Amino acid sequence: MGTKTRYLHLAAATAIALSATPGSPSRSAAIERKSSAAKAASSGHSEGHEAGTVSGTVRVIGAQTAAARINMAADPACLRIHPTPMMSEEVVTEANGALKNVIVYISNGVGNRSFDPPKEPAVFEQKGCSYSPRVLGMQASQSLQIVNLDPTSHNIHPVPQNNREWNIIQPPGSSPIAETFTREEIIPVRCNVHPWMKGYIAVFKHPYFAITKEDGTFDLKDVPPGEYMIQAWHEKYGVLTQKVTLEGNQTKVLEFVFKP
Amino acid sequence: MKRNRMKVDIASILVLLFAAGAQVTPAQESHIGGITGEATRGRHLYRRYCVGCHGPLGDGRGENAPWVDPKPRDFVTGTFKCRSTPSGELPTDEDLFKSVTRGLVNSNMPPWLPLTEQQRADLVAYVKTFSSRFREEKPSAPVEVPSEPAADQQSIQRGSELYQKMNCWSCHGKEGHGDGPSAQTLVDNRGYPIPPFDFSAGTRFKCGESNQDLYRILMTGLDGTPMPSSSSALTPAQTWDLVHYLRALQINAKYSKASSPPRTGGSVALNKQLVRRPEHADLF
Repeated sequence: MGTKTRYLHLAAATAIALSATPGSPSRSAAIERKSSAAKAASSGHSEGHEAGTVSGTVRVIGAQTAAARINMAADPACLRIHPTPMMSEEVVTEANGALKNVIVYISNGVGNRSFDPPKEPAVFEQKGCSYSPRVLGMQASQSLQIVNLDPTSHNIHPVPQNNREWNIIQPPGSSPIAETFTREEIIPVRCNVHPWMKGYIAVFKHPYFAITKEDGTFDLKDVPPGEYMIQAWHEKYGVLTQKVTLEGNQTKVLEFVFKP
Repeated sequence: MKRNRMKVDIASILVLLFAAGAQVTPAQESHIGGITGEATRGRHLYRRYCVGCHGPLGDGRGENAPWVDPKPRDFVTGTFKCRSTPSGELPTDEDLFKSVTRGLVNSNMPPWLPLTEQQRADLVAYVKTFSSRFREEKPSAPVEVPSEPAADQQSIQRGSELYQKMNCWSCHGKEGHGDGPSAQTLVDNRGYPIPPFDFSAGTRFKCGESNQDLYRILMTGLDGTPMPSSSSALTPAQTWDLVHYLRALQINAKYSKASSPPRTGGSVALNKQLVRRPEHADLF
């Protein structure tokens, strides 16, 4: 009798161990948590009159290789647009290493506040068998308008991790394609027909992001007082992070320096 | 006294075992014609037949995955090649059922005909538990496939012009041999090289073999691959022209006769058509 009881206890222990085994779809559960957290964002706050600014420059120092020439021989239509070869825009610098096309954004500190997306669409153009802008920032759920200004067909193929992946062909002269992305992410965009075409669409839940200009400068405007993590992302050099504490009506100036 | 304690123990074991089962498989169903698939049943089948390649988490990282090319599908992202729905959308239950039934030609995914329709429906239900998208989104209406016009010389000629204009040749090559100028650069959404279809090879397409299947492939694209959707770029008539031209490129195709009768409705009835030549039959 005593032995039997012991076996039963053993079985009970096994059952407990079994029930403690994590469920199989843990990755999908993680994605779900992420999305439900996004949905749980509370109602918007107005920034009030105390909002400040985070501005600054992004530079790269150290040896940079010269930009590569792009060979467009695969499509005569592209070749005709560029009698002299186009140079790669992966790394575009000015004097002093000022770096263009870096996304600077608040990565942490905005909390759960939700922001209505701007009414006007974010426009992503295919022009001269190249993307314009190469790096586009937009808010989640903002309308994205994709335009083909070229005399040749492009396929627009974003390759996201957390958003829906789609792939659409757009022949010359067609009307703009309207799409959107709902989750925060920096999404590589490719044209498989023209493999040299590379672009990025950065999607944020909030409006506090900027893309650096030719002179490497950026401005994050109307930022309410608070403690934030600010990140600078570049397609080749990766991510830099700085912490900033912003008080009312203040302008903080940051400098990000990539040292590849 | 002791007997009472034993009763309690047995009851608690049953409760715990039940809880363990319920926790592991989230509720999910599939509806294939008149059949309802259950994820709880599908899980056992998945663990037996699918886990080796697709992995216990459904992320396509099973223990065989490193030796498999093309790589097993990652179910977590909810991105599928063979759909009847527009690019970026979830597939319908029937689309998944067809893929399980048909297998994917030129890959390690065999047609799962030895399983009953009920079992395949159960597997579809379980596969849907891996991606939260199946709980959050509904696939939109399938792309309509209008009746096919005559495949005459003019239609083939118009199709040939579209093949040029749409830059199909960039990947598939001037004569459809899969040797276009961009062919060597193509990768799938996980960065693995992927070759464009060679129309001269005489094999079936990944997502079917009939003219209707080809029409659907052009309209929906193959998500997760470089093959885009033409739904916003081509009219139905133009798409048929392109289908006719692509058929003309398939000089070695051995199944053109079988593909001519248009497929009509009937979800489960499609099995007979799908199964004609299981190319991996030797696996069973």
